[in-house]
Parts: sequence; C-alpha cells; structure tokens
Amino acid sequence: MATAANNIESENYLNASYGIKSWLLTTDHKRIALLYLFSVTAFFFLGGFFAMLIRLELLTPAGDLVLPDTYNKVFTMHGIVMVFFFLIPAIPAVLGNFLVPIMVGAKDLAFPRINLLSWYVYMVGGIITLYGIVVGGVDTGWTFYTPFSTTYSDTYVTTVGVGIFINGFSSILTGLNFIVTIHRMRAPGMTFRRLPLFIWSHYATSVIMILGTPVIAITLLLVVFERAFHLGIFNPALGGDPILFQHLFWFYSHPAVYIMILPGMAVISEIIPCFSRKRIFGYHFIALASIAIAVLGFLVWAHHMFVAGISVYSAMIFSFLTFLVAIPSAIKVFNWTATMYRGSVRLDTPMLYAFGFIGLFTIGGLTGLFLGALGVDVHVHDTYFIVAHFHYIMVGGTVMAYMGGLHFWWPKMTGRMYTEFWAKLSALLVFVGFNLTFFPQFVVGYLGMPRRYHAYPPEFQVLNVLSTAGASVLAVGYVLPMIYLAWSLRYGKRATANPWNASGLEWMIQSPPTTFNFEVTPVVTWEAYNYDYLDKHPQEAPVAH
Amino acid sequence: MWSNLPLFPTQASTQAGQVDALYFFLVAVTAFFSLLIAALIVFFSIRYRHERHPVPHQIEGSTALELTWTLIPLGIAMVIFVWGAAVYFYQTRPPRGAMEIYAIGKQWMWKFQHVEGQREINQLHVPVGRDVKMVMTSQDVIHSFFVPAFRVKADVLPGRYTQTWFRATTPGRYHLFCTEYCGTQHSGMIGEVVVMEPAAYEAWLAGGSGEGSLASNGQKLFQELGCATCHRSDTQGRGPNLVGVFGKQVLLEDGRTVGADETYVRESILNPAAKIVSGFKPIMPTFEGQVSEEGLVALVAYIKTLKSAPQGAQQQNEPARPVAPTNTPGK
Amino acid sequence: MHTETAANTAANTAAHGALKHHFADMEQQRETSSFGMWTFLITEIMFFGGMFLAYLVYRVAHYSAFAAASTSIAISWGAVNTGVLICSSLTMAMAVYSAQIGRRKALILYLLATMFLGTVFLGIKGIEYHDKWVEHHVPGPTFHFDPSEIPGEHDWGTVDERQAEIFFSLYFAMTGMHALHMIIGLGLLAWLVWGAYRGRFTPEWHSPVENIGLYWHFVDIVWIFLFPLLYLISRHQ
Repeated sequence: MATAANNIESENYLNASYGIKSWLLTTDHKRIALLYLFSVTAFFFLGGFFAMLIRLELLTPAGDLVLPDTYNKVFTMHGIVMVFFFLIPAIPAVLGNFLVPIMVGAKDLAFPRINLLSWYVYMVGGIITLYGIVVGGVDTGWTFYTPFSTTYSDTYVTTVGVGIFINGFSSILTGLNFIVTIHRMRAPGMTFRRLPLFIWSHYATSVIMILGTPVIAITLLLVVFERAFHLGIFNPALGGDPILFQHLFWFYSHPAVYIMILPGMAVISEIIPCFSRKRIFGYHFIALASIAIAVLGFLVWAHHMFVAGISVYSAMIFSFLTFLVAIPSAIKVFNWTATMYRGSVRLDTPMLYAFGFIGLFTIGGLTGLFLGALGVDVHVHDTYFIVAHFHYIMVGGTVMAYMGGLHFWWPKMTGRMYTEFWAKLSALLVFVGFNLTFFPQFVVGYLGMPRRYHAYPPEFQVLNVLSTAGASVLAVGYVLPMIYLAWSLRYGKRATANPWNASGLEWMIQSPPTTFNFEVTPVVTWEAYNYDYLDKHPQEAPVAH
Repeated sequence: MWSNLPLFPTQASTQAGQVDALYFFLVAVTAFFSLLIAALIVFFSIRYRHERHPVPHQIEGSTALELTWTLIPLGIAMVIFVWGAAVYFYQTRPPRGAMEIYAIGKQWMWKFQHVEGQREINQLHVPVGRDVKMVMTSQDVIHSFFVPAFRVKADVLPGRYTQTWFRATTPGRYHLFCTEYCGTQHSGMIGEVVVMEPAAYEAWLAGGSGEGSLASNGQKLFQELGCATCHRSDTQGRGPNLVGVFGKQVLLEDGRTVGADETYVRESILNPAAKIVSGFKPIMPTFEGQVSEEGLVALVAYIKTLKSAPQGAQQQNEPARPVAPTNTPGK
Repeated sequence: MHTETAANTAANTAAHGALKHHFADMEQQRETSSFGMWTFLITEIMFFGGMFLAYLVYRVAHYSAFAAASTSIAISWGAVNTGVLICSSLTMAMAVYSAQIGRRKALILYLLATMFLGTVFLGIKGIEYHDKWVEHHVPGPTFHFDPSEIPGEHDWGTVDERQAEIFFSLYFAMTGMHALHMIIGLGLLAWLVWGAYRGRFTPEWHSPVENIGLYWHFVDIVWIFLFPLLYLISRHQ
C-alpha cells in the first residue's frame, strides 16, 4: 500500500487555483461536489423555513397564521424543495461526486464536463422554481394530482413544473456518470467484489435515477402542455383520465424514495465498519440487497393508490410486491447491527448519526408495513400517519445519514476536524427533536387527522403542539452544524490523511486530496473493509478523542 | 380517553375492529423489532466499546443467519399481507341489500342524497346496524370520503362513480373529512356522520324534503328530458329498453361487452357516442350541460329501480345486482 | 483493467492530444464514451416510454376515436418520412464507416447527406403539421374533428370529438418530441461536419462520430415505433 502523504500545507484541490472562474468552470469532481454542497444546503434551509411555517400554523386548530391559499402553497413548496432540490441530490451529488471516483481508484468521473453541466442544470431548474415560488408559488401539493393541477389551480404550476423538469436532467446526468465510472474506471485489481458498499448503493441509486427520472420528466411535461394548450390528457371533463396521471407520477416517485434512501444506506455501510473496527457483516448480502431494492422498487408504485379507484386485484398484487421490497432493507439493518457484534466500538459523531439512522429508519420502514397492508392503508392513507412514516425515513434516515457522512468525510474534504462536543450535542438534539416532532404524528394520523389541513378539530391540538415543539429543537440541531462546520474551515484542527484509520482508497491519499486524487494509479490487492490489516498496521494513530 | 387528548379513535363500524386488530399486530411487530435493534445497538456499544474490547473479532458473515433473518421477516410480511388483503376484501365488497346513499363532492362541500329524497350538505344521517353503500362522484377535482371512526375511505373522482360501504355499530356523531387535497378550503370540506337508532332515523326520514324519493325525481327528469321517447319499455323504441338493464352485461356494436353500472349509465347520458349498444344507431344526443350531477344521480337511481315490472311501478330498496365498477379510463 | 504505462500514454498523446487526463489509454476513453451514450439512450427510451404508455392506454379505451383520428393523418407522408429516415440511418452508418477507414471527404459527404435527409424529414413534418392546422385538428380552442370529412368508407360509429382531441394531443406531443430530438441531432451532425473538416477524426479516434451515430439510429428507431402506432392502426376499418 502506498503511504499517504501527510503534507499539511501541500497543494490540494482547494488551493490549486483561485478565483471564481476556477470554481464555476471547474471539471474537478471534488469542487463540483462543493458547489452542490453550497446549493443543497441553501435549498435545505429554504425547505426548512417552509416547514417552520407549517408547524407554526398547526400550533392552533384554527387557520389563523396564514391564509388557506398561502398555507397550501407553503406545504407544496416545502415538499417540492425538499424532495427535488435536497433529498434526491444531496448525498449522491455531494458525497457521491466527491467519493465515487476516489473509491474506485480513478482520477475523476467518466465525464467531468457533464458533471459540471449537471450542477448548472440543477441551478437553472432551481432558479426557475425559486422564481415560481417568489412570484406567487404553487399550491397543488408536490404530487400535482390532476385535474386540480391541470385545470383548477391558478398558481404557477407551469413555471415550477418546468423548473422540476429541468432539474430532473441533473439527476439523470449524475446517475449516468456514476454508472459509467463504476463500470469503466475502476483501478487495476478493483473488482466489483472489492468495491466499498458505498459504491454498490450508489450504483443501484444511479440505475433508478436513469430509468425513473425520464418518466416524471415526460409526465410533468404533459401537465405543462395540458395547462398551456388546454389539452385533456388527464382531465376527465375532456375525456382524459386522472388515474393515468397518478400511475405515471408514482412510477417515478416511488423509486425516487429509494434514490433518497439508498445513498443514506451507502454512508451507513461505511461508518459502521470503521467505528466497529470490523469488516462489514454479510458484504455480499448487502450488495445484492441494494440491487434488489432498485429492481423491486420499480414494481410497487400503485401502493400509493389503494383507495384511488384501482381494482381490488391489482391492489393485492402491489401489496404483495410492497412486502417483498421491505425484506432487503431489513437484511441491511440486521447486517449492520451484526457488524458491531464483537467489534471494538467507538462513539464518534458519525457513529452516533449512524445509530440514529438505524433506529429511525427501522421504525420508519416498519411503519411502511402498515401502509402495505391493504386493510390498514385504507384508514391511514392521506393522514398524518403517512407524513410521519415518510419523515421517519427521509429525515430520520436520509438526513441523518447525510449529516453522518458529512462529518465522517469532512476531514477528507476540507482537511479540518470539527469540534466533537458541539457535533455530538447537535446529533443528540436532532435525535430528540426529530422523535418529538414526528412520533405524535403517528398518533394524530391514526386518529384521523388528514394531511394538508391547515385547520383541524380541537382534539388534535395537544399532539400538534408537541410536534411543533419538537420541530424547534430539531431546527437548532440543524443550525448548529452550519456554525461549527463553517468555524472549522478556518479554526479547526488540521486533519491528517486518515484520522479515523478507516479503510478505503479515499483515506490513503492526503487530506484534502490533490486535484487528480492519485499520483500513481493504485493497484488494489486487498478486500474492502480490511480493518484487521489496518489495526495491525495503523497508518497513523487516530486523532485523540 | 381524555376528551382533550384522545390517543385512539373510536370504533363505530364493523370494519373498525378488524382494521384495529391488524393495526395492533403491526404495532407489536414494529415495537418488537425496533426495540430489538435498539437494544442490540445499545448493548453492543457498551459491551464491545473499544476501552473494554480493544481487539475486534473479524467475522465475514453467516449464511445461516442471513437465511434466518430473511425468511422470518418474509414470513411475517406474508402473514400481514394475507391479513391485510382479507380485511380489504371485506372493506371493498358492499353486501347485497345494502342501502344506497349518493354523495357528490365538490369544492368544498359534500352533498348527500338519500334515495328517499332527503338531501344533506356536510352532514350524513345513517341508521345504526344497517349496511350503507356510498355511491360517490365529484363535480370537479379528486376528493376523498373519510370517516375515521368507521375506518372507511375512498377517493371521489370526477367523471365516474366510486363506492365504499360501512355498517355503523354505535349511535353518535363522527367526523367526516375530505382527505384528498382539493384546493383552498380542503381543510374546510368537513362534516359529520350522524348515526341514529333505527326509529329515530325513520322519523328523521319522514321529516323529509317533501320532494319525493330520489328515484321519483329521476323518473320526472326522465320524462322532462324526453328520454322516454326513445327508451320505451317495449321493443319499438329507437333506444334500448332500459328495464332490467342495470347490473347486466351489455353487448356493444363494436363487439365489446361492458357491465351496466352507475358509471356506464352516467356516461351514456353525457357521452352516448362512447358506447353504442349492439343493434342500435348512434343517434342519442348528449345531455352534457343539461343535467347536473344531482340530476344524474337521480336518473341513475331511477334506472336502477326499473325491474321487469310494468312501467310506473317502482320498487324501493330492491337490491341492485352488484357489478364491480369498471376502472379503465373513459368507461 | 487499463494500466497506465509510460509507453502507451506517450504513444497515445503523441498520436492525438485527444487522450483526456483521467483515462489510462484511448481504448478506455473510447469504451467509456460509448458506454455513456448507450446509457443515455436507455434514459431516452424511458422518456418516450411514458408517452407511448399514455397513447396505448387511450388507444384501448377510445378505440373508435383513435382509429378515426389516425386515419385522418396522411399515411403517404408518414411512409415517405419513414423511408427518408431509414435512408438517413444508412448514410449515417456510411459516415461512421468512412471515419473508421479514415476517408475524410466521404465522412463529410455522408454527414451532409444525413443532415439533408433529416431536414427533408422535418420539412415533411412541417407540411403535415400545416395540414393538421388547416383541418382544425390542432388541439386547443380551434379544434374541431368531424369524421365524415375523412374520405372512404369507415365503420367507426359515432366518434367522440374529445377523445379525438386526445389522440391529436398525444400525436403532437410524441412527434413534436421526436422532431425536437431530430433538430438536436442536426445540430450535433453540424458539429461533426465542422470537426471532420478540421481533421479531428481519425481511424484511431472517432468516438463522437460513432456515438452521435448511435443517437441518430435511436431517433430513427423511435420513429419506426411511432409510425405504425400513430398512422397505421385500424386502417382496415
């Protein structure tokens, strides 16, 4: 193995060139990852702002904070911003862009200029969507059900639809780049079975991205055409079928949730072995589970439509398939837990986030079984039970994994360490705040409180107040990292090449890496997660805790 | 439960208990596995923390364990699937003899029509202990009819009829919510279902609208709009004889066969060209714009009462032959 | 695997400064760019697939209206366009072959021929769209569909005008998307002509020609599906 360079002031991708042009015209996947980091963070806080408005309105049973139309726009935009501009891109475009080439031993992604293009496409889509939000917003729900969105809503559906359409190509280009890179750019000796599971999960994610995103693209385009040219493709008054819209929409939007969670699982698969000092348990099963999730994920979309008017028999088929898709996720959870068995566990911040992920994702995933069960779904569909379910997975799952990954690879990306105390405190605040926000929503949902209501019967108030209280704590937990991570860029302790003594090619190069990652192309002769070797031959002692 | 902090909804229908039973099983499964994983993680972090367990024991994996924790969850999942499907069958098949109530959702209110003629807005009176089938449509966008206490929900679509059913078990007043986002006053599209003892319900019905039953209103419309001119009860009409047609299979001129359900009847009035009955010419004009959703519901109710009996005799509450609503577009 | 050796890197760079820094050798670069284009074409299949699905669903549901509307679009123009596109795929394949054997003039000529045929296709499409406009078959406020205006004996029965409008909505959406892809293709071909003129393509490296050729063939194949679905259904009725 090559020894890692440990030059603190050496040339790296951050200081290799200066000036705004060197960033806006970069083709370095690492710089592009940071461009995305900046953008997704901005969108995350915008979506979070909308979330705070929602929770503030729901403090009282009456709709007394904002007008009904305003509230409808707020929850719609919360959904659109969070789903399309944060959850789908965040881990792949920030951590994936940074790490995929390095983890496979390449100097860059297969198509660096297309990578930069994907960021510009994301920004153009984002700016158009922001414009739509600023000039008046859209109030259809992020699901755009017809005929409300095509015929009845008089908000900026076309503008925002175009914004999301364009943004979809960012996803497609990123996925395309990852697939080609993983197939064609692996270093000598890096067989598929030696790849980190981060790569396997991002590969599965990319397959979903390229197969699913074009379908939402054409669906939104047809909605835009229908509005612009008064067509009737989805409008029953003109001979169209609103259920066809739902099928087309969910054909993408269900696999989309796997685009959101698989990268989170990717991160967890790297953190758990490192902080248990053990090879991951069941490597092949986890790898195949990722592929299974991608494949099965395309077969279950109509479980969003059990009460929409589909036939009883097709509902049963989709229910059956939905239960099948739950199994690979369960396999992963068991394997992660088993990795800790007889390991040597350290509770650094990334590990705390990983624990949060496993616990909350388990609950969220299991509540998915409630929804797959036809008889129960009839009752809880379109209530706050659903809202709680998907927030457990997307926030308790994806966002936690994103934070954990950001902390884990922060030393590699920036060359700096963050302060452990504030990091652990934030993780704890996020965990507590999250549960207080969303657990009451399971209860109020089963009681019957519908989604997308800005006024509700008084007996639901206490649970809503608890939820809003939790959201306030959660917000603090998200703001703190912005502060201490930014602080660390200037004042944080300098990081060595491998502060965690972790496995993987990214830890064998300097922190931050040079522009071309490797001075010499590595030749890989070892298996992934070679922690027994690493513990016997530590490259350097880990940073003191 | 405390009235200002309910934690579980009332059970007020025969479905509610079934749904809740499966729900509690799911809660138990969720709690079990969540606590198991949480406990293991906590235990492992303590038992194997690096101060106490500095040398890890490398384990590749275990196929036996993988099979175990694949097959057991799969088995549990299949149990849940079958159980859920069984409850769903019960929820989606209105029993024969169910009394019908028509619902029309529109932005942002619920309009109910009883066959006896009573009309209600945002309030629905039903008798306890009887099967009630809701036949529903929307005038504009998609809505959803949701009564949490009954555990009943079905989307209400424009352009066709959807159905759901329940049998209330306890008199009382229960929330009714629209639960498919439908615009500005979506959260205002609420009401209540009033479940009454049978005697009280009969009394309420007798209080009545004075407008006659739904089917008799339908018959009036049938005459007023001139339907009777072509749709005679003998074989000499220019249009098909409608006596006994509801619930049967109809042969169309292009060879297809469709079931004559509520949606078919409604479409035949608004868009007769879509399906021409075999042996007849396509000469029926459309009545789109001439008849409201309420009128359509009355006509449907009237046609349902046309059994093989002399014209003019009506048979109230005759069970309609159950025909599964077809769900392909345009039908 | 692609091992970098000093020898073949130098040789490759000497041959054409075309080797990008993150590839080990030209073979990897070629294979990677080809793989990328195939992956992109898969996304295009899914993109068009959504519209095909909508079309098929409505064709089954609104059979008569779709048959009538389909009969009203001129099969002769559609057939000519099909022939034109197939020929353009032939000239494109010849262009790729010319690049492979290093015949620069032939490459340029075949590329121009492909562009010419593509333009003919778009021209004919323009004529068809114009005809539809004149016949009031363009969806929107001016739409009016009367099956009795269609010459010949037909037994569609009564046709619902709204359903016919859906046919035309999908017709314009699908052929419009296809035409957009053709226009983009023409732009790409123009870029290739310029590159060929400047001598960028050699037998060792002509990936852009091959990959854009793949793209062109794909656009052709989409038309091969569009033509029967849109023009040929139920002509016998």
